[in-house]
Amino acid sequence: MLATIGIASEDALFSAVPRAAYNTGAIDLPAHSPEFLVEAHMRALSGKNRAAGDGPFFVGAGAYRHHVPATVDHLIQRSEWLTAYTPYQPEISQGTLQMLFEFQTQVAKLTGMDVANASLYDGSTGTAEAVLMARRLTRKKKLVLSGGLHPHYRDVVKAYLKDDPDLVCLPASPQGQGDILDHIDDQTAAIVIQTPDFYGHLRDLQKAADTAHAKGALLIVVVTEVVSLGLLEAPGTFGADIVVAEGQSIGNALNFGGPYVGLMATRKDFVRQMPGRLCGETVDAEGKRGFVLTLSTREQHIRREKATSNICTNSGLCALAFTIHMSLLGEAGLTRLARLNHARAIALADALAKVPGVEVLNKTFFNEFTIRVGKPAAGVIEALAQRNVLAGVPVSRLEPAKPELENLIVLAATELTTDADIAALANGLKEVLA
Amino acid sequence: MSMNTQGRPTGIGTLSAASTGSALIPDEPLLFEIGDTNHSGVDLPDVEIDDSRLGGFGRKTKLDLAGLTEPEAMRHYVRLSRMNYSIDSGMYPLGSCTMKHNPRLNEKMARLPGFSDVHPLQPVSTVQGALELMSQLSHWLMTLTNTAAVSLTPKAGAHGELCGMMAIHAAQQARGQGHRSVVLVPESAHGTNPATAAFLGYTVKPVPAREDGTVDVEAVKAALGPDVAAIMLTNPNTCGLFEPQVIEIARAVHDAGAFFYCDGANFNAIMGVVRPGDLGIDAMHINLHKTFSTPHGGGGPGAGPVVLSEALAPFAPVPFVRKANGGLELVEHSEGEALGRITAFHGQMGMYVRALTYMLSHGGDGLARAARDAVLNANYIKARLQDAFSVSFPDYPAMHEVLFDDSSLAGTGVSTLDFAKAMIDEGYHPMTMYFPLVVHGAMLIEPTESESKQTLDAFCDTMLALAADARGNDKERFTGAPTRAPRRRLDETRAARSPKLRWEPEEAAPAAAAE
Repeated sequence: MLATIGIASEDALFSAVPRAAYNTGAIDLPAHSPEFLVEAHMRALSGKNRAAGDGPFFVGAGAYRHHVPATVDHLIQRSEWLTAYTPYQPEISQGTLQMLFEFQTQVAKLTGMDVANASLYDGSTGTAEAVLMARRLTRKKKLVLSGGLHPHYRDVVKAYLKDDPDLVCLPASPQGQGDILDHIDDQTAAIVIQTPDFYGHLRDLQKAADTAHAKGALLIVVVTEVVSLGLLEAPGTFGADIVVAEGQSIGNALNFGGPYVGLMATRKDFVRQMPGRLCGETVDAEGKRGFVLTLSTREQHIRREKATSNICTNSGLCALAFTIHMSLLGEAGLTRLARLNHARAIALADALAKVPGVEVLNKTFFNEFTIRVGKPAAGVIEALAQRNVLAGVPVSRLEPAKPELENLIVLAATELTTDADIAALANGLKEVLA
Repeated sequence: MSMNTQGRPTGIGTLSAASTGSALIPDEPLLFEIGDTNHSGVDLPDVEIDDSRLGGFGRKTKLDLAGLTEPEAMRHYVRLSRMNYSIDSGMYPLGSCTMKHNPRLNEKMARLPGFSDVHPLQPVSTVQGALELMSQLSHWLMTLTNTAAVSLTPKAGAHGELCGMMAIHAAQQARGQGHRSVVLVPESAHGTNPATAAFLGYTVKPVPAREDGTVDVEAVKAALGPDVAAIMLTNPNTCGLFEPQVIEIARAVHDAGAFFYCDGANFNAIMGVVRPGDLGIDAMHINLHKTFSTPHGGGGPGAGPVVLSEALAPFAPVPFVRKANGGLELVEHSEGEALGRITAFHGQMGMYVRALTYMLSHGGDGLARAARDAVLNANYIKARLQDAFSVSFPDYPAMHEVLFDDSSLAGTGVSTLDFAKAMIDEGYHPMTMYFPLVVHGAMLIEPTESESKQTLDAFCDTMLALAADARGNDKERFTGAPTRAPRRRLDETRAARSPKLRWEPEEAAPAAAAE
C-alpha cells in the first residue's frame, strides 16, 4: 500500500502534524487485551452495582423499570438496524425510515397530537427545545415552569437559557398545589406543566390550556412516564400545543440514565418550527410509496446558523425499541399494562399509608407518588438500601437545601412490583422509622 | 404437530415472493395496515380497579394503536430491516462519519444487568461499579487527549458542542468578558458548529480557507478581536487535512483572550498519535459512536463527551464523578459559576460501556494502530483514484478521509448525486456528498481502519469503472440510479411540499392495495 501511495513510511502521512505534537511511542494506557479478559474486567465492574432486579425496587422519578419483551432486544440487535447509518440515502434506508414513520404515528396517537418528530435525545433536552420552539412560534419571551416539573428538566431549561430574566421557575409543589395560571400574562410564550408531575400528582390540563390560550400563550405538557398515557387522557385532547415525553419506559432499559428517547409532538401548523428529524411519506420514480427525511430546511446541515436547533442525531435505535415494544402491546396491551401499573401503585400506597410515621401526599397518581416520613429521607433511603430495598428517590437528592422537601420520598411501582416487594418495603420502613 | 414439509421439492410458483431468493426484499405494509387494536404480543393480566386514583383524568378517547402478535412483529421488523444498508453488510465510505465495525462484545457488555438494569437515581452506594466505569472512561479520554477534565454527559456530538460552548460562555462571564459575542467558524465546518454558536446567541463570523484547504493563521488573527469569544475549528478538518498551523492558531486565539473549541468528529485519524491538548485546544467533543465504535443505530443514540482544558474544567456541567473517602462520589449540583445541568441524569451510560469495552480491547497500542490504519486506507484510496477523480487539495497527505470535487465529471452530464446513486447499484453506500461546502460537488470518502486492502481494491475498482462509464454514453445508468435498491429515487420535493408525517387510514388504503 505504501508503494501505491508513493511513500517509504507511514510517518510521511503525518507530515502536516507539528513534530512536537507527533507521538510515535507508547501511550500511557494498557495494551490491547483478549476478549475474555475484557469481559472479566467489565463483569467485575457490573458486579459492583446492585441491579434493579436484585431485590425490591421502587425507584422512578423520570426513569422506570418495566419488562421489555425478549423480541425487542433480539430485533434491535439485527445488523441492519444496529449498524445502519442515519437514513440520508432513502433508497437503501427504507427500513429505518418506515420504522420512523410508524414511530411518529404512534407518538402522535399516544399524545393526541397531529404530528411527532423522529425523536430527540431524551425528555429533558426535549423540554428545553420545546420552550425555545414556543418562543419562536409566539415571538414572546416569558416562560413559566410549573413547580411539579422534574427538577432535572427545570435545571436543563435553566442551563439552556442561561440567566434569562424571562424564565420563571415556580417553587416545588409536592402537594400538587400550584398557581401557575396566575403567572400567565400577555408576554407569556408558554407554560410548562408535567403530568403526572414529579411528585406523582395528575394535573388539570383543560384549565391550563384554556387560560394559556386566552392570553395567547402555548401549553407545553411534559410526560416522564409514557405508560401513563395508556390510562390517562391524551394531552392533545385538552388542547396542549407541544407535548414532550421521555419514552424510555417503552422498549428501553434503565441503563443508569441513558440512552433514552425523547418524544415530541405538536400541532400541524407548528411543524416547521419543530426541532429534530422528521420522516415523511412520498413516492419513488416508479410511483411506489416510500419514506424520506423531510423538511430538512429546518436543520443545521442545511441552514447552519439559521437552523431551529443544533441537533444532528436523534435516538434512532431507542426509537426502534419503542416502536417494536409499542407494536407488541397495541392498544389492548398498553391499556392493560397501564392498568396493571396503576393497580400496583394503589397497592403500594395503601400499604405504606398503614406504616406509622408515613404520610402519602397524593390524592391522585398513576404509578408514582410522594410520601413524607418523620426523618430526613436521604438517611431513610440509605438505611433501606442496606436492607437491600431500593425504596425510591429522596427529593433532597434533586432539591438540596430545601428543608420543606427534606423528608419527602418519591416512589414508583410498575408491573414488576410484587406483593412481597411491597411487604419488604413496608416492614423495612417500620424498622427504619421506629 | 403440523406436517413436516422440509425436503419436498419446491414447486415453481408455489412460494410467495417473500420467501423466494429472487425477491428477498419484499414491500412491507405499515404496522397500521397489518395490525389491529385488539392484537397484542404481550401477555398481561387484565386487572380490575375499583378505587382508581386517576381523579377524573382517565382516558375517554380511544388510543387507536395497532398491535401485532409476536410472530407478526418479528416478521414485520425483520422484513423492514432487510431494506436497510448496514456496516455489517457493506462498506460505508462516508466521510466525516467514521462508520467503523461495531464489535459485538460491546453489545454483550452493555447488557450486563449491573449496567443495563441500574437506575440513575439509586443510592450512590449501590452503583460504585458504574461510577468506576465512568471514571475509567474519563481516564482514557483525558489520556488520549492530554486534557485536564472531561464531561461525559453530552448526549451526542452536537450536544457536546453545546456543552463545550456553554462552558466557554461561563468562563468568559467569570472573567468579566461576557460581552464577547462573536464566534469564528471556518467555512469548511460542520453545520452543527455555526448552529451551536447561534443557538447560544453568538454571532457567527466565517473564516475563509486557503487555497490548499487549510485555515490561515493570518486570517484568524485578522478576524480576532476583543469581541471574539472563541473559534470553532475542526482538526483534522473536513477536507481531510491536518491543520498545519493549528498550534499557531491556538496561540493567537489565546493571546486574544478567546478559547479554542475543537470539533473532534475526526478524532479517529489521530487517536494515540496526536493529543489535542498538545495543540492548545480548550474543549473538544468526542463522538463515541464514531471513534469508539458504538453503533450508529440508524441515526442514534450517540454520545459526545467533551474534554476540557485546565481553564475550562471548573465550568463543566454536572454530574461528574470524583474520588472521595476511598470511594467515588457523584457530584450532582453545580458549585460556583459552572454551567449547571444539560441533561437529566448522567448521560449515555450504555454508550460508555461500549466505548470502554472497545478501548480495553484495543489498548493504547491498538487505538494508535487503528488511527494509522485509517489514515493509510484513506491515502491508498486517494492514490488509486487520483487519476480518475479530482483530488481537491493535493498539497498535503490526506488524514482518515479524502476529498474530491466534481471537476472530473465536468461535461459528462453526471452529477455527484447521480454518481453516488450509481454506487448504490454496485453495492456501496454513497460517500458523503456536497460537504464540505468549500469545493464544488464534494465527494468525501472515509474508509476507516475496518476495511481490508481487498475491500479497498474492490471499492476502487468499482469507482474507477464507474468513472469510466460516466464518460461513456449510458447516462441513464447514473441519472436513473439506483435501479437495484428497494426503491428508485424518491421524490423529496413532494415530501417537503405537502408533508405527510403520519399514517392516516383513508389515504393509505389504496396505496397498500396497489402494492
